[in-house]
Amino acid sequence: MTAGDVRAAVVRAGRGVRWYLREWSGEARWDDHLRECAAHGHAPLSRREFERRRSDALERNPVSRCC
Amino acid sequence: MSTTFTRDDTGAAQPPGGPAGRRLSVRSVLVWTAVAVAGAVAWTVLALSRGETVSALWILFAALCSYAIAYRFYARFIATKVLGTDDRRATPAERLHNGVDFDVTDRRVLFGHHFAAIAGAGPLVGPVLAAQMGYLPGTIWIVVGVIFAGAVQDLTVLFFSMRRNGKSLGQMVREEIGVVGGIAALIAVFAIMIIILAVLALIVVNALAESPWGVFSIALTIPIALFMGLYLRRLRPGRVLEATGIGVVLLLLAIIGGGWVQESGLADALTLSKEWLVLALVVYGFVASVLPVWLLLTPRDYLSTFMKVGVIVLLALSLLIARPVLQADAITDFAREGTGPVFAGSLFPFVFITIACGALSGFHALIASGTTPKMVAKESQVRLIGYGGMLMESFVAISALIAACVIDQGLYFAMNSPAGATGGAVETAATFVQGFGFDTSAQDLAAAAAAVQEPSLISRTGGAPTLAVGISQIFNDAFGGNLQAFWYHFAIMFEALFILTAVDAGTRVGRFMLQDTIGNVWKKFGDLSWRPGNVLASAIVVGLWGSVLYIGVTDPLGGVNQLFPLFGIANQLLAAIALTLVTVLLIKHGKLRYAWVTGIPLAWDLVVTMTASWQKVFSDTPAIGYFAQAQRYRDARDAGQLLAPAKDQGQMDQVVFNSTLNGVLQSLFAVLVLVVVVNAVVVIARAVRSGGLPTTEEPAVRSDLVEPAGLFATAEEKQAQADHERLVGSGGGQQ
Repeated sequence: MTAGDVRAAVVRAGRGVRWYLREWSGEARWDDHLRECAAHGHAPLSRREFERRRSDALERNPVSRCC
Repeated sequence: MSTTFTRDDTGAAQPPGGPAGRRLSVRSVLVWTAVAVAGAVAWTVLALSRGETVSALWILFAALCSYAIAYRFYARFIATKVLGTDDRRATPAERLHNGVDFDVTDRRVLFGHHFAAIAGAGPLVGPVLAAQMGYLPGTIWIVVGVIFAGAVQDLTVLFFSMRRNGKSLGQMVREEIGVVGGIAALIAVFAIMIIILAVLALIVVNALAESPWGVFSIALTIPIALFMGLYLRRLRPGRVLEATGIGVVLLLLAIIGGGWVQESGLADALTLSKEWLVLALVVYGFVASVLPVWLLLTPRDYLSTFMKVGVIVLLALSLLIARPVLQADAITDFAREGTGPVFAGSLFPFVFITIACGALSGFHALIASGTTPKMVAKESQVRLIGYGGMLMESFVAISALIAACVIDQGLYFAMNSPAGATGGAVETAATFVQGFGFDTSAQDLAAAAAAVQEPSLISRTGGAPTLAVGISQIFNDAFGGNLQAFWYHFAIMFEALFILTAVDAGTRVGRFMLQDTIGNVWKKFGDLSWRPGNVLASAIVVGLWGSVLYIGVTDPLGGVNQLFPLFGIANQLLAAIALTLVTVLLIKHGKLRYAWVTGIPLAWDLVVTMTASWQKVFSDTPAIGYFAQAQRYRDARDAGQLLAPAKDQGQMDQVVFNSTLNGVLQSLFAVLVLVVVVNAVVVIARAVRSGGLPTTEEPAVRSDLVEPAGLFATAEEKQAQADHERLVGSGGGQQ
């Protein structure tokens, strides 16, 4: 294994972690929105408006937390 | 059943390009044989060691090997044969996709969400209390319980709810079992939730009382969460990771700051009695429930989840590094005699209800029939998310059990016995635990408190402080640096943080339930945007758990000692409702021959909970039977006597009232569950006679998604995905 391979593996793992955290935290929903709008030719919402709608939806769909 | 696809005779559809043969490869056979042998060796060491030093790692290995085998073979059998997951069917996330609640989610991400939702303080606390019976009973129940009961419940409820567009447990009971059972289940779910919230809050109160350090750092989590909420709403919308990073740093500073505050003049102002903490929690719970979620609840949830996962990973690592030795006996005399000071009652049934979360937790059925089923991408993934998620929680419980079993056991009993027993001071507590044969001295107890910079560790019941002592000891051994006090408060903080998150979220869910139910008769009240309705419903929910909390906190006999059994039984009675539902569904779907998969854990759970309920209600032993206890104190009071630990007539009245109330609640829960079971038996009899009955399962619709089933995509699955993408031309996601 060369230093290059190690670096590539670390970069790949780092990207994987970043991808996971963005997906998990919902940050990636914004990217989905941009992609969908581009695909359908709509103008995207502003980030502020988009996030506001997302958090307002949470208001009506409470997530339970167990013991 | 309204399936339009024909099933092959195994009842299972192979995932696209999935495992081709049913025969295991030679390599597989060798690997799994090795895992089985390693597990068997670990179990043997645990079972046969008596009076020798046993490394805690044996528990870890025994558990991990058992989980691996169960996941590979039993969970797969349940998913493919018993349930018949079918990846050609579109899941509700795909069919009803709206980007809000119905949303196709990557299986690994959903695993994280589901795990964060099911795992809280429960798996950390129950095992700590159960350690009074020794490490062996708890270990066996956590591992065997999760494999054959807890994970099975989570998996099957998730599957059946997914096949019904994510219907809730209560809804499914009403539609599939009957209206009577449905109403009983609804009341049971609500009442059980109130008890669970009260007991969780009680654990926080016990951990924070008389601890200025703890109070300071926990109090600061509120402004930190508010700051994060505003940051995400106003400053930088949507940058969750950024905000959480800042939050975690602030949280660590809050813990360090707590140490300084404790030394400063503020310490007295932050030394709160239990009564004041109850008031603070009730006010906090009410405010959190009516505030918009983005301001407090959501950011706190991010913080708590990051901390939760971080601490669990850290704990697993440090166990491997520190390799602590078990101080507890395999089985103590309390297991045989049922006279333990932490909670009363003998091994059967009380070990099985003290450890609910981590082995079998009915509360999970509410989550497995809530948000999760609406987000599953492919049916086969329920095995990873439902069964795998619960195995992970069980692992957390095992870690907590280890933490409680590696500390000095004299200290363990001094911390976990009620103040009425220990006398509340190091001298009396030392005499008390020496009575059990431990050689722990008053100096040892004082030194243990000094090591974590707490004024006292005597009778710090509830499990959280004990776990924190265990964690601080293990972390200190693993990482060095003499930071035991920091780690102790770090552990207290993280437990309190996610208990408070559970209390916030639970209050809100309870409020929605109440508004929904009363909305059936009073329309306006059911309108979630009607402010007075929200406020009133929040006040009712908070008022209910707040009263139980207050009763627990002021109970002369010790709130944890009195209420924890009620909590454990309630949680597992909920499991009985869930297991009844899935057993009924298997039979209605014509799968009587597989009904044992949920039927056996159901039978076991009913035997345990009903025996425990019976003993708590009818036992003549005042330490166990609530009514016998009330009677004993009533008789003494009427004769004008005082019974320890009550100090005056008022406390005598209090014991009589509390014990009667607990007994009534206990009977109520058991009766509600029996109503559901009896209703279910009627339906089962009909279903067996006609070889199955129609259910509310949604008709099958063909799926256009190709996704791997397990945590890691197999080569075939990757190929199938690539082929599919070439055909459809859609991208997205990372594999």
